Amino acid sequence: MSALKEILVPLMGRPLCAGFPSPADDYVEEALDPARLIVTNPASTFMWRVVGRSMIGAGINDGDYAVVDRSLTPRADDVVVAIIDGLPSAKRVVRLRGGRLALDFDHPDMGPLVLDEASEAMIWGVVTWSLTPHRPAPR
Amino acid sequence: MNDRVFALSDGNSFYCSCERVFDPRLEGRPVIVLSNNDGCAVARTPEAKALGIEMGAPWFKIRKLCEANGVVARSSNYVLYGDMSRRMNEIYRAHAQDVEVYSIDESFLDFTGMLEPAAHARAMRRTVRQWTGIPTCVGLGPTRVLAKAANQLAKKRPELDGICDLTSGAARDALLPQLTIEDVWGVGRASAGKLRAIGVNTAADLRGLDARVARQLLTVTGERLVREMNGVLCLDLEITPPGRKGIAVTRSFGAPITQLADMLEATAFYATRAGEKLRRYGMLAPQMQVFFHTSRFADGPSRSVSGVATLLEPTSDTLELVRAASAATRRLWQPGYRYAKAGIILEDLVTPAQAPRSLLALADPRRDALMTAMDAVNSRFGRGALSSAQSGVARAWTVRADMRSPAYTTRLSETPIATA
Repeated sequence: MSALKEILVPLMGRPLCAGFPSPADDYVEEALDPARLIVTNPASTFMWRVVGRSMIGAGINDGDYAVVDRSLTPRADDVVVAIIDGLPSAKRVVRLRGGRLALDFDHPDMGPLVLDEASEAMIWGVVTWSLTPHRPAPR
Repeated sequence: MNDRVFALSDGNSFYCSCERVFDPRLEGRPVIVLSNNDGCAVARTPEAKALGIEMGAPWFKIRKLCEANGVVARSSNYVLYGDMSRRMNEIYRAHAQDVEVYSIDESFLDFTGMLEPAAHARAMRRTVRQWTGIPTCVGLGPTRVLAKAANQLAKKRPELDGICDLTSGAARDALLPQLTIEDVWGVGRASAGKLRAIGVNTAADLRGLDARVARQLLTVTGERLVREMNGVLCLDLEITPPGRKGIAVTRSFGAPITQLADMLEATAFYATRAGEKLRRYGMLAPQMQVFFHTSRFADGPSRSVSGVATLLEPTSDTLELVRAASAATRRLWQPGYRYAKAGIILEDLVTPAQAPRSLLALADPRRDALMTAMDAVNSRFGRGALSSAQSGVARAWTVRADMRSPAYTTRLSETPIATA
């Protein structure tokens, strides 16, 4: 397995530096990786797309990506992907006056969300980030 | 009795469960997943089994039954299953000192030395369920055969709540009589017939069988089975028979791999070994999963990837397998990581008679002769004496998959959608 070994280049410094060694060599860090900022638990993190405007109060626009981490336990004020009667939607977890948690829209003109008595709701995962493209790629 | 503890964890109706995670409407409904080219049922939920849909039932035969009973049939989506399998193994690696990936949905975990392996397994199972949405069963035992038996019992008996612990002698005495001989790992239909003929009907009967009798009846494999059933560790993963679904060739590297060329060599080597195994068992593979990851014990950035390469048609041809492995490796490769382990999993193996023929007649009869010659050279001059130089032949191909779900977890353009 070593027949094709490539030449190893040192991580820091320049082996053939004609002038002075770079003064930055002592300060080299790993390249910044935005993915590691937004995905802290890769095994439990999934990307969703949010379609609709009922969550603009949470800063989530129509067409944004949502980063959803299933390892987190939902709590009040979280934005979540909820499954209501089999259909996935983005919702805000709110605390009701009695202390119970409920799901709601987050839109100045909408809500509160009233679910049918027979409705079944469960939380699929907690939205940790949403990504809004400010210069959308041409389609 | 040895003091090792193995856990076998596998996904319940794994392919169907993957479909359900991203399409919650399927919860509670009968679901089946069809093999490549929509040939036959390769995964069924309990609701589908209850309708009498057999494993391997051809789609054209069960289509009417499915339509009449609201059965949701899906084409296989190996990209999705492979990614979900990668996530599960990542969780396993955080819970066990060693993980042997056995097939796309089954892994043996080393739980040796744990104070309460059953409690640990229960916590791990809960985590897998919460993090990935996949329900699993975990079997525990002092050997792989006993861990597998425990896993079978956990599956068959819902009251065990997904965990069966056969690490104690008392538990083995109580539970092994309840496992029929057909459900013992490595006992095929023919072997089961021979065993039943001499009054061996359950796993407990097999345990009590004289090892020499087992050897006469079922060769050395039978003898090892009996020993393992008695808690004597003698199966090495390398020599275990291919699972109902596949063959896995995985290895930890002596030194971490940091160069693409080395990774290509490694996966090509595994593909070659996998090809040999396939030909030894007379099976063909319709697709291949390739994965590699960094060590969770090492410092530095961590990365774990897997990808699925669909083969043009089911094959055991080393050249085809190496080509697919190399293409997948290039696709998955990212520099800057110290990769500690890689592997290849071949899934849904079929016999040549079961293999759907593609319209493009690819198979060159001379290839069979070449493979036979290659195996002969390698068995004479040592494994790897003759192998393929990686060939990068691109090919256009089409696979029938009318009911395939999106690549939810791996393609930005196919992520699941939540309304708002």
